[in-house]
Amino acid sequence: MRFVLSAVLLCLLAFPALAVQPDEILKDPALEARAREVGKDLRCLVCQNQSIDDSDADLARDLRVLVRERIVAGDSNQEVIDYVVSRYGDFVLLNPPFKLKTYALWLGPLVIILFGIFAIFMFFRRRGDVVAEGGAAMPARDGLSDAEKKKLAKLMNGDGQ
Amino acid sequence: MKRLFYILPLVGFLVIGAYLGVGLTLDPHKLPNMLEGQPVPAFDLPGLEGRDGKGFSNADLLGDVSLVNVFGSWCVACRVEHPFLMKIKENGWVPIHGIDWREPDRNAGPVWLRRHGDPYTLIGDDPRSIAAIAFGVTGAPETFVVDKQGIVRYKHVGPITEQVWAETLKPLIDHLREQG
Repeated sequence: MRFVLSAVLLCLLAFPALAVQPDEILKDPALEARAREVGKDLRCLVCQNQSIDDSDADLARDLRVLVRERIVAGDSNQEVIDYVVSRYGDFVLLNPPFKLKTYALWLGPLVIILFGIFAIFMFFRRRGDVVAEGGAAMPARDGLSDAEKKKLAKLMNGDGQ
Repeated sequence: MKRLFYILPLVGFLVIGAYLGVGLTLDPHKLPNMLEGQPVPAFDLPGLEGRDGKGFSNADLLGDVSLVNVFGSWCVACRVEHPFLMKIKENGWVPIHGIDWREPDRNAGPVWLRRHGDPYTLIGDDPRSIAAIAFGVTGAPETFVVDKQGIVRYKHVGPITEQVWAETLKPLIDHLREQG
């Protein structure tokens, strides 16, 4: 038991290692922090589901170096990102921008949730109607209408004969 | 009306299914060519050894329709397209300039070209992906068609084959030459 527990704890300790190499890291911690901020939003174009900070690919390394060079040269984070996007397109961003082409992506889930809420609302409203009306069209759930009782009695009698 | 309401989820499912189905057939490695219709990005690369110190910069691309081919001695697919590049060179169809991308050392490129032949008019050495990133390159080989004004007109990803040349590159190059 203790072994299992410690094994699980050890697993929790493991976190994805960054691919950023010691020789790439900037001396100024503030600038390096900004480079990390930019890097985690940029997609490595070789292994497409990793950020450039997570990827060991050569191109990712060169992009990390480029990001740092531009930050040292005085570019803002947004300017660095804009440069990379101007070369590779929106796909390089791990967080897709909100624009005409991506409305379906961003708004789709919201539309589906609203539709679901609407459907649930309709469902309960209709059931409420039924209970409120309580009679002619559809009887209360716990019993039969007079007409149905009659019909049932008739059937039973028919069977009996 | 009621029936329509019940059909809606099915319609929704089909629409989303069709949308995602098409998405599955797309190749995520095919990125848009952001440079199409734009001037070649500014770059100035040193040359390879044994080429009289001649480098390669964006200024060299003015005046003639040309190809810019991103290659590397480590790149297997480049080896595949290489004989066809040699054929283009031998027939003088169009000048090909090379960006020698991410060589492990200064000698790797020249050695590779000595062994397999050298189809390039100018070559720039790009060990740190400076020009490659400026061009938006994600892998080698990639080839750009540049017109006489130095505007990028087309990007081909992957090896240039007889078929790619005949169906895409040659018609485009002929067209760009006529435009003057």
